[in-house]
Amino acid sequence: MTFEETRGAVLAAEGRLPSERVALVDLLDRLLAGGVVLSGDLVLSIADIDLVRISIRALITSIRESSTPDDYDGPDAYDMPGEGGRPDEHG
Amino acid sequence: MTGDTGTYLYAVARDVGAAMPEGLAGVAGSPVRVITAAGLAAYVSTVPLDRFGEEPLRRSMEDLDWLDATARAHHHVVEAVARGAPTVPVRLVTVYSADAQVRSLLDERRDDFDQALSRVAGREEWGVKVYAGPAEQGVAEGAGQGGEAAASPGTAYLKRRQASMRTREEAWRLATARAEHVHDVLRSIAVASMRHRAQDPQLSGREDWMVLNGAYLVDRDRAPEFARALEELRAQGGEVELTGPWAPYSFAVLDEGGAP
Repeated sequence: MTFEETRGAVLAAEGRLPSERVALVDLLDRLLAGGVVLSGDLVLSIADIDLVRISIRALITSIRESSTPDDYDGPDAYDMPGEGGRPDEHG
Repeated sequence: MTGDTGTYLYAVARDVGAAMPEGLAGVAGSPVRVITAAGLAAYVSTVPLDRFGEEPLRRSMEDLDWLDATARAHHHVVEAVARGAPTVPVRLVTVYSADAQVRSLLDERRDDFDQALSRVAGREEWGVKVYAGPAEQGVAEGAGQGGEAAASPGTAYLKRRQASMRTREEAWRLATARAEHVHDVLRSIAVASMRHRAQDPQLSGREDWMVLNGAYLVDRDRAPEFARALEELRAQGGEVELTGPWAPYSFAVLDEGGAP
């Protein structure tokens, strides 16, 4: 059961995973639901794109709309818009 | 040839005069530059608006290969920056009309960026996914076999179905309870935590239930403790998957109007 420790040690020694080895789905969790959302004098940001048609739309909205901070673990979580999500800060 | 390019923003860090990683390329192979203002450094590249304008992006976002390449290029830049200094990653595909707009952003939101950078300094994000274990799945799948003899085939079917649903619900209840436990233990070591939505099986390529898709912001010197806790949790059953360390994507938040 030391696989994870070994892996952890290897990762720590190597630094981060090369970007090509990261699973796209894990990356999209973070790039579409995370990262600072900026608005203002933008040409555009992903928040503004009205993604119609697409199969990827389901993918993106499912990632964005349902990522919820800890404070909203209840049924209300499903009503939380993605942009409103804030991480839970612990003391 | 005017107005046909935009400034793509990847990440913001403090301007400590750090050397730009040599030959760093961003989305669409564009060379990454630094814009400095207000003691902050914005990592950007110039992108053609015929590909990064609103209309082209509408189409591109439907192309999984394009999304894959763009997400990885964005991530690559964020990683390169985060390796050297506390970094606030920016949401995928944030494009300004010109450098001047990015400079104003740094000026106007300096305090917010400063707070966000302080929050993530010396910390890393770890991803932990928990799947329902094979045992639980087996229970759920095996349910309904060998039920008692019933009065009629219809009743027997209904009974089997009810038993199956009960077993499935029970398996789900157990799996989610364990996920809560894992999350509680890990968040007690983390300074902040976040639960992402369970990944779509079509994307994760896994059929089993993902009952936790957590992100944890952990002090770098508590990472060994986090790894040990994870090891103990893993020994308690269920499949636990670790990813990271990540740049603090899930914890990159700018306070609006000085919220605490």
